[in-house]
Amino acid sequence: MSKEKNSTKNHNKVEFILASLIHCFKGGWLYWGWMLSLIAIVVYGAMAYGQQARYGLSVTGLSDQITWGLYIGNFTFFVGVAAAAVILVIPAYLLHRNQMRRVTILGESLAVAAVIVAMLFVTADLGQPLRFWHALPLLGKLNFPTSILAWDIVVLALYLLVNLIILWYLLYNKFCHKSPVVKRYFPVIVVAIILGLSIHTVTAFMLSGNPSRPFWHTAILAPRFIASAFAAGAALMIILFQILHITSKFRLSKGLIREIALIMVFAQFFSLFLLGAEIYTAFYHNTAHDVSAHLLFTSNIGHDNLTLSIYLAIAAGLSAFSILMVRRFRENVSLLNIASILIFFAVWSEKGLGLVIPGFVPTPLGEMAQYTPSTIEIKVAIAIWAVGAIIFTLLAKVAIAIEFGGLRLKRPVENTDTEI
Amino acid sequence: MVDNRSSRRGFLQGTVALTALLAGGCSSSKEQPKTAFEDSVATFFQDNYQVMTKDEIKEVLARVERRVKREYGVDIKCENTPPVADVAFGYALNLSKCKGTRRCVEACVSENNCGRNHSLENIRVLAMPHGTMDLNKSDHYYDHEQVPNSNDWYLPIQCHQCDEPACVQACPVEATWKEKDGIVVIDYDWCIGCRYCSVACPYWARHFNWSKPNLQPDEINPKTHYLGNRPREAGVMEKCTFCIQKTRKGELPACQEACPTGARVFGNLLDPQSEIRYILENKNVFRLKEEQGTQPNFWYFYDV
Ligand code: SF4
Ligand code: SF4
Repeated sequence: MSKEKNSTKNHNKVEFILASLIHCFKGGWLYWGWMLSLIAIVVYGAMAYGQQARYGLSVTGLSDQITWGLYIGNFTFFVGVAAAAVILVIPAYLLHRNQMRRVTILGESLAVAAVIVAMLFVTADLGQPLRFWHALPLLGKLNFPTSILAWDIVVLALYLLVNLIILWYLLYNKFCHKSPVVKRYFPVIVVAIILGLSIHTVTAFMLSGNPSRPFWHTAILAPRFIASAFAAGAALMIILFQILHITSKFRLSKGLIREIALIMVFAQFFSLFLLGAEIYTAFYHNTAHDVSAHLLFTSNIGHDNLTLSIYLAIAAGLSAFSILMVRRFRENVSLLNIASILIFFAVWSEKGLGLVIPGFVPTPLGEMAQYTPSTIEIKVAIAIWAVGAIIFTLLAKVAIAIEFGGLRLKRPVENTDTEI
Repeated sequence: MVDNRSSRRGFLQGTVALTALLAGGCSSSKEQPKTAFEDSVATFFQDNYQVMTKDEIKEVLARVERRVKREYGVDIKCENTPPVADVAFGYALNLSKCKGTRRCVEACVSENNCGRNHSLENIRVLAMPHGTMDLNKSDHYYDHEQVPNSNDWYLPIQCHQCDEPACVQACPVEATWKEKDGIVVIDYDWCIGCRYCSVACPYWARHFNWSKPNLQPDEINPKTHYLGNRPREAGVMEKCTFCIQKTRKGELPACQEACPTGARVFGNLLDPQSEIRYILENKNVFRLKEEQGTQPNFWYFYDV
């Protein structure tokens, strides 16, 4: 009896996977145009990566002086997006359990895509990427718990796993004509939230745990990371949800957008406040500890572009905040969109290159150095963004088809347990 | 732990055997010369040096020699001389005597098979304007017509072989560690090239092979150590190892041999008769950036 049940279950799983895969190939010209352009970008970037694999990281703009750049800058940013994607849907979820479950699924999809993007960026940064297995448990020799980078590897992998489990549970049950049991999956979501906070905290610790790099060596780096991640994550979701509202069967409610916008205001407030606190500490006196910050804000090292982008980022962050503060503006869709785009840009430049590069200048031996990403680096980075877009598109497509489009198991389900 | 180790080993060996089979080598008899492909497959599945058995190490050393022969046409000897008991290395540098000739840098590069590109120098000599200790005022690329320049004093910096090495703490895969005689080494075949160690080091003592080292066959020093000066590949970290290949055999490091002014004093900190002990006990020595808490084994001092 139970054997039969098992085989039906396995059969359902196969059908779930097949139906999802087949659904990925169904779409109009807009969908195919989008996917094919993304694939073209990925292929183009893969060729650039081929150059890097062949000649080494010397094809990047990196050096012993500035040893991390565009790749790690994007890594820190996407870890933030990944963390925010899950944590953000929770308040919404708690307030309106039933309507908001659907958003949870999209948040999970975004988290999965963003974690994979973050992992790809670290891999692209490795000098010996094929040796990644040295960091696998049992096979390799992970320096856990001493190395913070080892921590990062562990929490990122767990986070990816947990989110995949949640996605699977929610979608698979729906697919089998069952509604998911809150009591069963909510604890897992709590785990995902804790891991979400961990991935971003650990990533901040990876930078702030270096006394030899005073620019990062500050206790408020982790809170700053979390605040800016909430702001940028909310911004990204507001934009993505609207796009999905237009292009798919996903329906966005006004209430949801309002709630996410509200979270964005608070996050942006804290983010700006913490940045202000950093700037005060760096500028009230002129100690060796603050040289990097001075250089960043005064462009004394010839990093004019970086200085410019930091000022633009601060200006963008402030303008977005002024828009968001006023309720009437916040509830105006176009203004909200402008604010979201501004915040997204602000956080990306402030937390990407704007955070990583100044940490390296001056070097611990007082050398001033320059860094401009090479064309190859930029191509690879864009390709990794495109991979993320592909993953999110596919996950969201299947998720929406199951949640809103009635993609279901064909056979009626009788033998399966119905403890709904 | 034991179980993990043996299951990992089993897995690795299984994979190696399988790949070798697939590569066309029907059960490789020991006499047959290994192909480059077989060697690189074996290197790929190679374990971390710290957990290798004696036999594995022997194979690995032979593989290194074969690789250098294939790539450069040079016969080298790759050894793994272990730390000597009751030896802990330390270094002291007399800043009154250093005249900024950079002979140590040149000697280091040729002794250690470093790529002949600027960034791969494991010693940096900074020209410091008189009257300051602020490293941000230093000149790394001084090109004085004559050294010493009357406006500067000189500060050579290399790996300080710290007792609490920030680099070792940072490495996510234990590719770098501190040996019993105090030398901090890297297993170049295990390093994944993440460069987190170089981010962590307060002395900027770690240098990355951004491309394959630019090294001509006639420049190769054939006396090498696995953890030291064997020719490196692209994508791995390297650093000063106090010339592990020489000093573990009782010789002096190349930088001290090359110094024309006698500013450098290398020695065994555990030997009360050694010159370095005399200096530590009788000179007013100091350590650079001591506040970073990495406990360097490298001291500076002035004569007067
Ligand atoms: S000087 Fe740097 S590389 Fe050398 S042991 Fe200390 S932390 Fe490690
Ligand atoms: S570059 Fe190599 S030695 Fe340095 S932290 Fe990464 S894996 Fe370890």
